Amino acid sequence: MLEQTESKSDAMLRRRFRCIVSFAVLLFLTGVLFIWNVNSGSVELSVSEIIGILFRGTGDETAYNIIWQIRLPRILSVIILGGALSVSGFLLQTFFGNPIAGPFVLGISSGSKLVVALTMVYFLSVSKTMTSGMMIIAAFIGSMISMGFVLLVSHKVKRMSMLVICGVMIGYICNAITDFVVTFADDSNIVNLHNWSLGSFSGMTWSNVAVMAVVVGVTVLITFFLSKPIAAYQLGEVYAQNLGVNIRLFRVALILLSSILSACVTAFAGPISFVGIAVPHLVKSLLNTAKPILVIPACFLGGAVFCMFCDLIARTVFSPTELSISSVTAVFGAPVVIYIMVRRKSE
Amino acid sequence: MKNQPEQCPERDLDRTHYYFHTEQLTVGYDGKPLIKEIEMHVHRGEILTLIGPNGGGKSTILKSITRQLKTICGTVYLENETLQKLSGKELSQKMAVVLTERMQSELMTCEDVVATGRYPYTGALGILTEEDRVKVHEAMALVHALDLCDRDFKAISDGQRQRIMLARAICQEPEIIILDEPTSYLDIRHKLELLSILKQLVAQNQVAVIMSLHELDLAQKVSDQEICVHGEFIDRAGTPEEVFTPEYIRGLYGITTGSYDPLFGCIELDGVKGRPEVFVIGGGGSAIPVYRRLQREGIPFATGVLHENDIDYEVAKSLASVTVTERAFEPVSEGAVQEALALLRGCRRVISCVPEFGTMNAGNEELLTEAKRLGILEEGNRQ
Repeated sequence: MLEQTESKSDAMLRRRFRCIVSFAVLLFLTGVLFIWNVNSGSVELSVSEIIGILFRGTGDETAYNIIWQIRLPRILSVIILGGALSVSGFLLQTFFGNPIAGPFVLGISSGSKLVVALTMVYFLSVSKTMTSGMMIIAAFIGSMISMGFVLLVSHKVKRMSMLVICGVMIGYICNAITDFVVTFADDSNIVNLHNWSLGSFSGMTWSNVAVMAVVVGVTVLITFFLSKPIAAYQLGEVYAQNLGVNIRLFRVALILLSSILSACVTAFAGPISFVGIAVPHLVKSLLNTAKPILVIPACFLGGAVFCMFCDLIARTVFSPTELSISSVTAVFGAPVVIYIMVRRKSE
Repeated sequence: MKNQPEQCPERDLDRTHYYFHTEQLTVGYDGKPLIKEIEMHVHRGEILTLIGPNGGGKSTILKSITRQLKTICGTVYLENETLQKLSGKELSQKMAVVLTERMQSELMTCEDVVATGRYPYTGALGILTEEDRVKVHEAMALVHALDLCDRDFKAISDGQRQRIMLARAICQEPEIIILDEPTSYLDIRHKLELLSILKQLVAQNQVAVIMSLHELDLAQKVSDQEICVHGEFIDRAGTPEEVFTPEYIRGLYGITTGSYDPLFGCIELDGVKGRPEVFVIGGGGSAIPVYRRLQREGIPFATGVLHENDIDYEVAKSLASVTVTERAFEPVSEGAVQEALALLRGCRRVISCVPEFGTMNAGNEELLTEAKRLGILEEGNRQ
């Protein structure tokens, strides 16, 4: 009996150790990629110059502006939005009990994109500019519309592959309408709109960063404090219900939280593919657990790391031409999705 | 409860008396009643079993009393409170379930799965305390599953999985456990194991248990109360002795071939009809294997002389085409012997399973002598 308890605590320690190491790795990668990202771009700067600019405010004006006005807001928004995207994916996977659910494949990002594009075109036509808040609201409305369709479909079909196919179809329809609107809108600003509609982290300002930090910060915090019911919900609805979770209320909360997160991402950076599926999966494998209390913060960090890495590639590989962020995330994310599906099949 | 019209004052006694009971409960899907006027009662420390044919609505009843399905009308009481009045958390501290639905257990060890039973007792973030861990281990010890702690829940056998699910229910510290067909897909050893644990738990912790079973033999042995779900109503309710009569079970399950033996709680296939070809001298349970063999081989047989309280008698009644009997506790009479001799002479073979004869079955020795004389005797117990 004594031996039993000892060996048990051994296993527990091993699991705890694995968690600590995983978080350390994620934090380390966040740090490394942060510095690397600040350091790379069309203007070469040495590490000592960067440190000087960041912490002592020294260095020449141009370099200072590049760092403070272009690179830092961009990197911070990559961190915030990448984290938001993967937490949103994790919530959707929990909601649908489906490992390949995510804001992009379910057409939710595309729905946001459509409504944002429509409002943008309208505002351009009456010569007004949209604020960040309005962008988020428009994106949120779009994501709720898509989500409504997906929920209707999920009532009828239980198969996860069918659900994803429906999501992809909704995405195509939304994209088609967006393209139509963008093509026939007559304004030079449409060029920006076009870039945004492909997905990009460029052109972030400090005020953007402030808005997204507040929205994402609050939403992720609420999500974190819902770890307990999320854990119960992961077991299946009937078991969660027996454990005292108010299923109806909880489902509404999950939908709202995931929609706000993905809407915020789409509002600022356009639709970004596969991060929402790949990162939660990779994080769970890394931690070797699906406990939300660990997975939610790890997802946020993991999403930040993944997106910083992809943004780095998008910016630098064909510099000065910038790739759309979605093309890069797809290259790294899609294989993960294929892997999940193959493994599922064999189970 | 005060504002409810008191129509039936005698029911008040029941409310304080039973831990769980239902009153005129009607259940079904989408507002369509499936089973009506269900009256179930169970005390703490008792097992109530639902039996009945598949698709008869056992699961529907269980889903309704665990609040997964809206009841159509009627009331479910837990102690003196109606089920509707309890909050999710209150209910979760009183009632645990083991369902047929597979639990989703992504990257969860068995210990993790059992620990989910502590959910109603943990704080806002669901972090387990040392006390919770002790309770998890106690529950696992109770189901003899401590060695499974670190195994992946997905990679264990069906029997192990059901024990873990039971441990999970136990560490939820419920006053009542609802189990839906907990023994399905288990082999006989694991069925027995699971039910023994359940029995032990009921006795030790004074838990009330409501479960559905489709193994009649097990239901009869493990339950204190039975309810038969058949058609639109609860067909019959009571102790196993009251419920398990062969005619009733035949009717309940619509058995048209074979028979149900209430004493052993087992089913027998139909006996082979026709003129007996073999005569079996039996008694004291010695002939049952021979009866079964002959039945399998499709040979009609006669047997005797058996006392009506003999173990062989119960099986012979189902399987033999003719059984010569004697009243219990009486010596085998001459009349019975003559009847048996007449049958024996018409047979091709005689099998004797009785090694020696005493005062009560002395008459049977005559049968043996006659068989030897005719040269058609075969030794029994030849398998």
